[in-house]
Amino acid sequence: MYNMGMNLDIVQETGASSRQLAYAVFNSNALDDQKANFSAVTQTIPKNIWVDNLKRIQTDQDQQAFAELFGYFAPRVKAFLMKSGASPGMAEDCTQEVMATLWHKAHLFDPSRASVSTWIFTIARNKNIDALRKQRRPEPEELTWGPEAEPEASDVLVMQQESDQLSQAMKALPGQQRELIEKAYFGDLSHGQIAAETGLPLGTIKSRLRLALSKLRQTMK
Amino acid sequence: MNTMNKITHHLSDQLLLGYAAGSLPEAFNLVVATHLSMCDECRAAAQSFDSIGGALLQAQPTENLGNAALAKTMALIAKGPKATVSKPVGSDVPDPLSAYIGGGLSDVKWRPIGLGVRQAVLKTSHVATARLLYIPSGAAVPDHGHRGTELTLVLQGAFRDETARFAAGDVEVADEDLHHKPVAEIGHDCICLAATDAPLRFSAWIPRVAQSVFRL
Ligand SMILES: [Zn+2]
Repeated sequence: MYNMGMNLDIVQETGASSRQLAYAVFNSNALDDQKANFSAVTQTIPKNIWVDNLKRIQTDQDQQAFAELFGYFAPRVKAFLMKSGASPGMAEDCTQEVMATLWHKAHLFDPSRASVSTWIFTIARNKNIDALRKQRRPEPEELTWGPEAEPEASDVLVMQQESDQLSQAMKALPGQQRELIEKAYFGDLSHGQIAAETGLPLGTIKSRLRLALSKLRQTMK
Repeated sequence: MNTMNKITHHLSDQLLLGYAAGSLPEAFNLVVATHLSMCDECRAAAQSFDSIGGALLQAQPTENLGNAALAKTMALIAKGPKATVSKPVGSDVPDPLSAYIGGGLSDVKWRPIGLGVRQAVLKTSHVATARLLYIPSGAAVPDHGHRGTELTLVLQGAFRDETARFAAGDVEVADEDLHHKPVAEIGHDCICLAATDAPLRFSAWIPRVAQSVFRL
């Protein structure tokens, strides 16, 4: 349906699976096409994006949707907290609190500005600072869509895809480079360590976020 | 609070990564969070560093939870959200700072530190210190000899030092090599939020890796 040929080299380069193929193909289209094809392409979004689950929690207090999210993310949150220095018992308790916070704050999740895993990471990080480091965590002023406005579906789709691409890029990093990033994020970086260029595609996400913020500001005026 | 003022001096990638990773001392987090409230450019950069955290979380090998973990979580959920401190209304400073002051600038308890300059130390963890500085129009900040890193965020007015001019929303990131003497511009008193980490060395907690690893 789309011009597959042009994208094949991308796929070969990254050694992408067939699931990513859908992404690569999709991303070659202009934004307008993305809007037009939104419903058709929805089916190719992998399950691990989790946005739907969060929406079901948000609107219907859907416990099944929560149980699915819990099954995937809670063991990862626990691993993250243990790597950051929590004992297994403390990590277990904190994970439960993180997941409960996810339920309580589901209405604040903005899928045009973060993936579900990014959002859960920020909750877990803050829990870690609070419980392990016993510090308050000052957060920037919250920017949320008003009661009527909400992000456009195409913006949501693109942000979710770019987050997924970042995840793929992370997985594709050589072990040593990924280790350095992990150390930076798990607070275990002895100073003086310098990493080589990894080329994580942060620039696109940053400019996407910049755009999302200015759209949000416009609705807030 | 989004200042209409064009911000020209931003946070460094190291600080933004440190903020996303949660490795900065509280006083620095406060300056970062206050600047992010005023600057969408840095907010977008900070959130893109968050997304690395999200990608790392997703890539984690899993740790099994106890059998009753989901049931216990549902019980926590049933208890309802933890009470959050209600926002001070109509404050003239961004929310994160307002929470530390306990209101707006008129609620600050200033103490003179010489030459007409006043300061108020905010309560944070001891690893680094956050303070508000009030510099009368035309006055200079007395030499306070920072040994480590100093962040200075302008809230009102403007100051100049040997390096540049800093107006509302601008943040100066000064390391120990910079010997500077900020002077408030004539016409307006200047109010800043500053954080210093001395006696701790900057490199001990800022992941230096940031600069070279990430392309922003
Ligand atoms: Zn900035």
